[in-house]
Amino acid sequence: MDFLTSVLTITIRAGTSLTIATIGEILTERSGILNLGVEGIMLMGALSAFATVFYTHSIVLGFLVAIGIGGLLALLHAFLTTTMRANQVVSGLSITLFGTGFSSFLGQRLGPATNNFRLVGLRAERIVPFDLEWIGQVPLLSAFSNQDIITYIVYILLPLSWFFLYKTRPGLWLRSVGEDPQTADAMGIDVIKTRYFYTVIGGMLIALGGAHLSLSYTPGWSENITGGRGWIVIALVIFSMWNPARAVWGALLFGGINAVQFRLQASGTSIPANFLNMLPYVGTIVVLVVMTWWEALSKKVGAPAALGTSYMREDK
Amino acid sequence: MKLLFEKRKSTSVPALILVPIVSFLVSLVLTALLLEIFGANPFRTFAAMAVGAFGSSHGFAETLVKAIPLMMTGLGVAVAFKLKFWNIGAEGQLTMGGVAAAGIALFMERFLPGRSLLLGALLGGLLAGALWAGIPALLKTSLKVDETLVTLMMNYIAILYSEFLYYGPWRDPKGYGFPGSRMFSADAWLPRIMGRAHGGIWVAVALAIILWIVMKRTRWGFELQIIGASQKAARYQGIAVERNIVLAIMLSGALCGLAGAFEVTGISHRLQQGLSIGYGYTAIIVAWMSQLNPLAVPFVAIALAALAVGGDQVQMVMGLPAAMGVVMQGLILFPMLAGSLFTEYRLSVVRPEAKAVCPDPVEE
Repeated sequence: MDFLTSVLTITIRAGTSLTIATIGEILTERSGILNLGVEGIMLMGALSAFATVFYTHSIVLGFLVAIGIGGLLALLHAFLTTTMRANQVVSGLSITLFGTGFSSFLGQRLGPATNNFRLVGLRAERIVPFDLEWIGQVPLLSAFSNQDIITYIVYILLPLSWFFLYKTRPGLWLRSVGEDPQTADAMGIDVIKTRYFYTVIGGMLIALGGAHLSLSYTPGWSENITGGRGWIVIALVIFSMWNPARAVWGALLFGGINAVQFRLQASGTSIPANFLNMLPYVGTIVVLVVMTWWEALSKKVGAPAALGTSYMREDK
Repeated sequence: MKLLFEKRKSTSVPALILVPIVSFLVSLVLTALLLEIFGANPFRTFAAMAVGAFGSSHGFAETLVKAIPLMMTGLGVAVAFKLKFWNIGAEGQLTMGGVAAAGIALFMERFLPGRSLLLGALLGGLLAGALWAGIPALLKTSLKVDETLVTLMMNYIAILYSEFLYYGPWRDPKGYGFPGSRMFSADAWLPRIMGRAHGGIWVAVALAIILWIVMKRTRWGFELQIIGASQKAARYQGIAVERNIVLAIMLSGALCGLAGAFEVTGISHRLQQGLSIGYGYTAIIVAWMSQLNPLAVPFVAIALAALAVGGDQVQMVMGLPAAMGVVMQGLILFPMLAGSLFTEYRLSVVRPEAKAVCPDPVEE
């Protein structure tokens, strides 16, 4: 039981950044905008949060700056894809390419002179986990003790975002914009404004996921700290069939793969480390294949019908 | 006054050429601002970059060294993107190409005498890239699995696999702990033309011309264009959509795999760290700036290679991070994406005076 609890603890911790970014990307994609910039936005979020905390010693400020930067990058994506009707795939890829390069540039420039202007290898304040004693007594549930505030926020946001999407009026408007923008427009919903709004909100949550990496999960800055997590998030959105209620299972699955990987490495297995490190990526492909196959079999369509298409009234 | 976008009847050719050039200039201005913020003189930095990339025969050779893999992967990505198959796995296809070429150069010496060893290595790289790209293509056409994610995930797998080889079983026992295989025999070396720049440049330029002819002048190229425009239309015309997609994506992967084979046989002469350094991602910028036109790819590849070499230069001369060049590459795409609208649409101004001519009947 102790072993299980400890695996679950790591799983939840590893899953936090993935889950929060997944919620963000679900909201964005529900409006019909595919944002492939997740990896770049997470990197910029991780970098800006760490740099801010390093200089100001304020974790709150670190999160706020990350959220702001994430919102700005997502705003750029929204502008390019809705106002300028650029290809959503290529625009998202550009955000990722730019975010990867710019975070690496800033990481070599924003540091103190004593560290050769680099941020790599520095320490800053990190989020301190709560020790919830009352929960620590309950078997298995005790995995939820000793987690940080962002993790708790995630587990509050999950049901909230589900409720918002499926049980409220603005949630219905959002879904209708992603499903059928023409009809939504005819109903008087401002398609462009909706897409801008949820792309920006999504970008903020994605950056928050990145900030959680550099302030809690793997404290500090290193180039490509995300290691492909941004792309796994995009796979998780497909896995959850664009429903936040299911997002948690995917994030736990990938957190679990991470936990197993750590455990095996620590136990000194004969499997070379490189093959263990392939697990999350192979896992993503397997999950994608299984999900796509299952969706086709059960004739369920999870993706918003208008996902990836630009909308323009004049075109009709 | 109101601004409206009106769809053009046909793609504007001046816009097609002007947009990439203007985008390049805009990215220069944005980078200048960035440099200003970080207290570096933009003009001196740009001058240092230009001198670094073109100012000496060594610099120019290094620009070509980086341009060759960018041309090959850029062509590969352009072919895939033409079909709206978002292959972002060029990096992994390049890596597997390098691995296969290295494997043949290292272990097939006995079966491939003389220069046939080089030929075998290049063919092996080409095939490995094609097969590595074939997996996501088959998953896409048979099960409709999202190709963006599969190709990207396969990059990580390919890179981890190559690391496993040169840190593990292929590691040179006499390498003093240096992570890399032993050096290939000279039979497997690609001839060099200038500094480290090798004969692969001629192959890359020839392939750009051949691809342009294939895409514009052959039946197969025409079929691919129809599939790219509308799969539905292609099906109505009896085109084998699935088979053509798989073949085209394998071609795309073959080009990237050959790029990897060039890297190991032309530059490093062994499998070692530094094979996968992001060419496959920059290739996306190359392909998009070329407007997916193979003939434009060599020019754009040289421009982006110059940015990278110039970036290394400013690091040495001015102490700015080498990532400067990568940031500039990234910054080019945004104005490019925004500007593409003008190739399909024209901006028209609706004047309010029109109303004054025929006044509202209600007001009378």
